[in-house]
Amino acid sequence: MIRLFVPGDSAAVAVGADKVARALAGEAARRGLPAEIVRTGSRGLAWLEPLVEVETPGGRIAYGPVAPGDVAALFDADLARGGAHALRIGPPEAHPWLAAQTRITFARCGVVDPASLSDYRAHGGFEGLARARGLGPAKTIEAVTASGLRGRGGAGFPAGVKWKTVADAPGDSKYIVCNADEGDSGTFADRMILEGDPFVLIEGMAIAGLAVGARKGFVYSRSEYPHANRAFQRALDLVHADGELGAFDIELRVGAGAYVCGEETSLLESLEGKRGQVRAKPPLPAHRGLFGRPTVVNNVLTLATAPWILTHGGEAYAALGTGRSRGTQPIQLAGNVKHPGLYEAPFGLTLGRIVMAIGGGTASGRPVRAVQCGGPLGAYFPVALFDTVYDYEAFAARDGLIGHGGVVVFDDTVDMAVQARFAFEFCALESCGKCTPCRIGSVRGVETIQKVIDGVDVTANLELVEDLCHTLKFGSLCALGGFTPYPVMSAITHFPEDFRAPDTRLGDIRPPQGGEQGLE
Amino acid sequence: METFEPWSPARAEQIIAPHLSREGALLPILSALQETFGCVPREAVALVAHALNVSRAEVHGVVTFYHDFREAPHGRRVVKLCRAESCQAMGAETAARFLLAALGLPTDAPWGGTTPDGAVTVEAVYCLGLCAVSPAALVDGEPLGRLDGMALAEAVGA
Repeated sequence: MIRLFVPGDSAAVAVGADKVARALAGEAARRGLPAEIVRTGSRGLAWLEPLVEVETPGGRIAYGPVAPGDVAALFDADLARGGAHALRIGPPEAHPWLAAQTRITFARCGVVDPASLSDYRAHGGFEGLARARGLGPAKTIEAVTASGLRGRGGAGFPAGVKWKTVADAPGDSKYIVCNADEGDSGTFADRMILEGDPFVLIEGMAIAGLAVGARKGFVYSRSEYPHANRAFQRALDLVHADGELGAFDIELRVGAGAYVCGEETSLLESLEGKRGQVRAKPPLPAHRGLFGRPTVVNNVLTLATAPWILTHGGEAYAALGTGRSRGTQPIQLAGNVKHPGLYEAPFGLTLGRIVMAIGGGTASGRPVRAVQCGGPLGAYFPVALFDTVYDYEAFAARDGLIGHGGVVVFDDTVDMAVQARFAFEFCALESCGKCTPCRIGSVRGVETIQKVIDGVDVTANLELVEDLCHTLKFGSLCALGGFTPYPVMSAITHFPEDFRAPDTRLGDIRPPQGGEQGLE
Repeated sequence: METFEPWSPARAEQIIAPHLSREGALLPILSALQETFGCVPREAVALVAHALNVSRAEVHGVVTFYHDFREAPHGRRVVKLCRAESCQAMGAETAARFLLAALGLPTDAPWGGTTPDGAVTVEAVYCLGLCAVSPAALVDGEPLGRLDGMALAEAVGA
């Protein structure tokens, strides 16, 4: 019996993993070899997808990127015993990109069968929940507080403090809401957990429920994630049938294409069946959240890290990281980068190391020009700021944010004026309409940047943009209006040469590819 | 390729009924209706409002707030093409222009749309979480990564 592992992760499927799995099954059958093909999550080395692994007495051996046409040759090269082939990578854990990581939240992703509870248990699953049951609510919250875990959705609020607030809030019923509305471009860590290790999220939600006294949890995912939603629902059905969670119930809800529903109060409105418009705070969701009840709203990664913290203790997690950013961050490398994928490491790497050493520079081979960190509301960093340390405070000190951990690389063909305009376009498209600066200011922002691009009163219009950004920043209830100034102002500040009159703009003397980036 | 049922109030009520006991049932109901009929037709608004004992204005407000809900079904094939930053950085706009031109659809605002024969709908989406294999799209719900204009056009037979 030959045991093969092929990712069922949608990024792997997007580059042919299903076809490779079918080809492997077909070729094994043709050769009369009994074979089992396990569809795992992804290890996160996206440039090597589809990454095929085979079980050997000495451990797993990886090959990649495998195309369906390679399959016969792989069998000829004695795939079953991990034989030599041009695509052979060797033991995946020994690959430098994986070996250098500290996998905590993503320890099982790409390793286990996400549709098998027994596999999850065999890899330490539900140990954290058992520990929490033994500790009781107060000590469970203490462990999370001691870990220093902060909200991985982007706001970075201490998870233990939030849990304690909800635990102490009076209420006949309380809720755990998992924010899986991962709308930031350049981020896919939540999706990878939903597809590759869904039980860890379920376990984390059960721990949170136990800690604060909630009996019901909702996972709010996105309609743009059909594969992830199927994978997570399958996992939920298995857990419910198994009875591990006892009286705690979890339900998957899917949004309907509104970016702003990733904002926690807007998400709660949407869950209640309303327009996804943001609420003014206070009251905090921890006091009056879903249906007016005390509610923990945490990101997928925050909740998925809780089981490890309970199993290994808060101090073990707090021992990693730097400054007030404790533990690890699953960094998501995307855009024009040679080695895109998921890289989990303790806080404290420099941005330059992440982009150049880990990411390998651009995929195009051209020089890196800008790196957008933290999604569409995050700042663009120039190469000159590559010494910035990857932690919440160091990024904030340089007018940026790490957000949900997305790092999107652009080469030197990017036109930063077009990127600044896009930030306003996106804000206009996704504004919930509640705050005037966001609803109308974003539209005016698109028009004003267009004037700059057209060379009309450039100085005056740039001043107007700055003024507009100030209004958005301080006149909006949530991060959509409040943070749109980050990409806009960072582009203007760090790349002023792209905001001059057309005859002097570098964009017009650079190669013509520059123009193709834009949304004309 | 999805096929949808023609609008039927009786069928709609069948779809709505099992959701009525759920907390915050409106979005699940609208999604279920769209899954069956390919859209949330105007006639559905009054029906849903009545079933949930809310005003038609409230239901209309929700239907029009979310990008996903549509008043008429989309084309027989649907391409959801990512136009967000990671895909921009990898040439998504060039790929999009190639596809839109091949289908005779507008490349300026309003971007995309449905071909006159109803064969293909091209929609912009902002992030599919496939940023590590940018540029990316969903073609009839199936993910497609590291694509270019040719691959896209081939995927929809344009």
